Amino acid sequence: MTFLLESVFNGMSIGAVLLLTALGLAIVFGIMGVINLAHGELMMLGAYTTFMVQNGFRQLGEGWFDAYLLIAVPLAFAVAAGVGVLLERGVIRYLYGRPLETLLATWGVSLILQQLVRSISWQMTLQIALFCLLFFGGRWFLSKRAIAPRWQAWVTPVLMVLSVGIGLTAGLVAGGAVGLAMTKPWFGAQGVDVTAPSWLRGGVNLWGVQFPFVRLLIIALTAVCLVAIYLFLLRSQWGLRIRAVTQNRSMSACLGIPTQTVDALTFALGSGLAGVAGCAISLLGSVSPNTGQNYIVEAFMVVVVGGVGKIVGSIVAALGIGLVNYVIGSGLMTRFLEPQTALFDFFEFFASTSMARVMVFILIIAFLQLRPAGLFPQKGRTVDA
Amino acid sequence: MPKLSQFSFPKDRLSGRELIVVAALALILIFLMPPLLPGFRLDLLHRYLALAIVALGIDLIWGFTGLLSLGHGIFFALGGYAIAMHLKLQVPATASSPLPDFMALYGVTELPWFWYPFYSFAFAVAAVVVIPALLGALLGYLVFRNRIRGVYFSILTQAAIIVFFNFFNGQQKLFNGTNGLTDFQTLLGFPVRDAQTQYWFYILTVIFLALAYLLCRWLTMGRFGRLLVAIRDDEARVRFSGYNPTSYKVLVFAISAALAGIGGAFFTLRTGIISPRAMDIAFSIEMVIWVAVGGRASLIGAILGALLVNFARSLLSEQFADIWLFFQGALFLIVVLALPTGIVGWLRTEAPNLIAKLLGRPQPVATYPELEFNPEVQYEREVLQREDK
Amino acid sequence: MTPILEIEDLTVSFDGFNALNHLSFQMQAGELRVIIGPNGAGKTTFLDVITGKVKPTQGRVLFKGRNLRRYSEDQIARMGIGRKFQTPRVYLNLTVRENLELAVARHKGVFATLFQPLSREERDRLHTLIDTIGLRPKANFPAGLLSHGEKQWLEIGMLVAQSPDLLLVDEPVAGLTDEETHLTGELLVALAESHSIIVIEHDMEFVRQIARTVTVLHEGSVLCEGSIETVQNDPRVIEVYLGAPLEESPSTQQP
Repeated sequence: MTFLLESVFNGMSIGAVLLLTALGLAIVFGIMGVINLAHGELMMLGAYTTFMVQNGFRQLGEGWFDAYLLIAVPLAFAVAAGVGVLLERGVIRYLYGRPLETLLATWGVSLILQQLVRSISWQMTLQIALFCLLFFGGRWFLSKRAIAPRWQAWVTPVLMVLSVGIGLTAGLVAGGAVGLAMTKPWFGAQGVDVTAPSWLRGGVNLWGVQFPFVRLLIIALTAVCLVAIYLFLLRSQWGLRIRAVTQNRSMSACLGIPTQTVDALTFALGSGLAGVAGCAISLLGSVSPNTGQNYIVEAFMVVVVGGVGKIVGSIVAALGIGLVNYVIGSGLMTRFLEPQTALFDFFEFFASTSMARVMVFILIIAFLQLRPAGLFPQKGRTVDA
Repeated sequence: MPKLSQFSFPKDRLSGRELIVVAALALILIFLMPPLLPGFRLDLLHRYLALAIVALGIDLIWGFTGLLSLGHGIFFALGGYAIAMHLKLQVPATASSPLPDFMALYGVTELPWFWYPFYSFAFAVAAVVVIPALLGALLGYLVFRNRIRGVYFSILTQAAIIVFFNFFNGQQKLFNGTNGLTDFQTLLGFPVRDAQTQYWFYILTVIFLALAYLLCRWLTMGRFGRLLVAIRDDEARVRFSGYNPTSYKVLVFAISAALAGIGGAFFTLRTGIISPRAMDIAFSIEMVIWVAVGGRASLIGAILGALLVNFARSLLSEQFADIWLFFQGALFLIVVLALPTGIVGWLRTEAPNLIAKLLGRPQPVATYPELEFNPEVQYEREVLQREDK
Repeated sequence: MTPILEIEDLTVSFDGFNALNHLSFQMQAGELRVIIGPNGAGKTTFLDVITGKVKPTQGRVLFKGRNLRRYSEDQIARMGIGRKFQTPRVYLNLTVRENLELAVARHKGVFATLFQPLSREERDRLHTLIDTIGLRPKANFPAGLLSHGEKQWLEIGMLVAQSPDLLLVDEPVAGLTDEETHLTGELLVALAESHSIIVIEHDMEFVRQIARTVTVLHEGSVLCEGSIETVQNDPRVIEVYLGAPLEESPSTQQP
């Protein structure tokens, strides 16, 4: 009994992390049909936001420190959502209906974000700010003025070269003048550690099973997010608009729904959830610029197995995958089997975290042979027209 | 004045001229480059030529057939491992154990069964091609049979690569885990790290690249190639025309996997190491960017892209280590947003116009009804000319 | 003689909604049959089932006496059923000639496609077809550069190139000019000499031009069947097309 409870709990807590990371994807991929490979990096940004908030609260003193999560969760949501909106407005909106291209572009964004977190320093901030000011400001300035047609084609390249040049040199000069304070990366390539508040350390012991508070918090956070999404999508004005645009974009536009705003909003929601997920994973281990990469593929698996466009599917799939992962990875099956039998050896072979992933993938492929469209497929003539 | 043929695809036949150009380029690479380039650059060139073979395979499935595989690192690594296993079995007579050196570290006393066939050089060479091809065919069959395509296919290949990464990474006793197979001694009795041997590998790489190019050319020029494009454009329609796209996709995926395996084997021979890092997710997506930069659905573009991107990488990361990732990220964005047809496509279509525009001499835009551009008029003229003769 | 197409008690349901509802249908070889029906009557699903895109929930479809359930779309196409889609679907990046080449080849296996060039007879047919659909001057143009009407014709050409026994044509004249419509009608009538054809159409003018027998679908079943006059005067048909008869409508029917 204890033992069953333990595996269900552990499976659920793995599943909850998976679900939290997959929720944002389920919205962005399921509702908008956009593959966002930078989703993991949005999580990573959320985790780094948590790290910064934690540092800020540490300055305030011990009493305050315990409360930092109250600010970190919404802030992580906001930061990730903000970057998400930039991403949608700047890149993805040009690529609707071309999923493979979106995939490549968002991968490019994810590389940039990773390196940005690694090497961001005051110097770099200055450079980027200067570049943006000069380039976008210059374009805005010139757009107000008439330019001879002969020179129009030159505007963007010349501005680009000039602002890159000025931005870079200004940064280098400033870096040389001020020294290390300016050029030292804020985070660096090494991982950073988020300390859990004191009330999250330890756990509660029930029926002989240890329930760590951190895990319980993540499960609770996942549940809260789920309820919030449910309420938002099904009970709010904007939720209704989002669903309307999903089903028929042009009709929605005719009815006066601002589809572009809806796109940005949907994307912001999905990205924000990634931020929250990042906040959660920062409590589980150290956070590095590559953190996002470790979660993204499994999160996609959850969405694919669940059936695209169905959040219920993602829930079931996440919990299922979590449970299977735990049961195989912890070598649980070997407890029931006779040593030295073929089956025992089989499970022994897969009894590690990395080998459990191998097994889970094989199971997923097998599952997709039976149900190619996932657990809860969408049916009807409109699919795959 | 544009001719009708401007719109048509590359010629249906391999012309003699094209063969000569390919042979000439291969000869230049083999005989002219080694004395011209310093050893370090030649080493890089060799590596990138091996990668160009992989790029051809990617072009075949992505550029032509529209299947975006993010898991070609698997096949690349398998090719590398296949040849590396043979190399690891060339244990010098002086060694304390007849097993590959790393096995002793993990207390392996008996060679795992599947290592045995790799004693044979012929088997290892065949395995470089056949194992990736078979795995590709199997994975492809399981996925395509269920009509999983588009991004779902991409995601699944990405998941597959994680699986293989974990598998090779976790099996210290079988494959030396994270460290991979390295420290090779001899191949067929020749010292592997010797400059002369490496030169032979280089020649072989060039020859195989040329052969791979011709193979892809042959595959894409006839009806088969048209069908690949048709599958990319409208797979359902292909079905209703009576073709079964699954078998075509499986075949083309297997061929592409085999090319990746060959590339991986040559790359391993040059670098002297194959490790699970070849199955890094990032590396596999990078392969796609080579093709995208060069020009998808253009075989020349694939080769060119692999060479350009990789040389740019080595130059940039020599100078500023941090910048490369920014640059690569930007490259993905540019290729998708601004340069969808890659360098080759851009040179063919937009470059002449842009240069004219920058010089202030925009070309007049020809609207369709203009006589010189009207196909009906042109056709009639052709017929008249023929009748005159 | 077995009918070329026989459908028995066919039901197709999507998530409990019956797109086709106990539909039975029969057609003899050599027939040109027009199917009409209001939106949502199940016309496209009807074609989907015959071509194997959708599998019946219940009932069966027999083509030349063979049950089609076990076969996939490409097998059914090779058995001799060709389909033209509502919006023209041609391969936009291939030239007109290449489009037809793919359709005309008789052997559609992987290895035949790789190793076997088109036979002399196939090449002749290809050339005749290019002329028939009037695209000779544009034979080397990518299909993406063709106009809507030209794409429609190219698709019909591809369909004929497959030399199917049964042609399924979904709204062939949608978006065409009157002249093109008329030409398409003549083409279909000419094709009906040697093929069995099912045409789905809304344009009543066009239906009158080509139709011999008309089947009316409504809510997934056959409402009535007969010559164009019979069908047009059938009160049930008028009702489903125009809505429930108004109060005054009986009076208008009086002489």
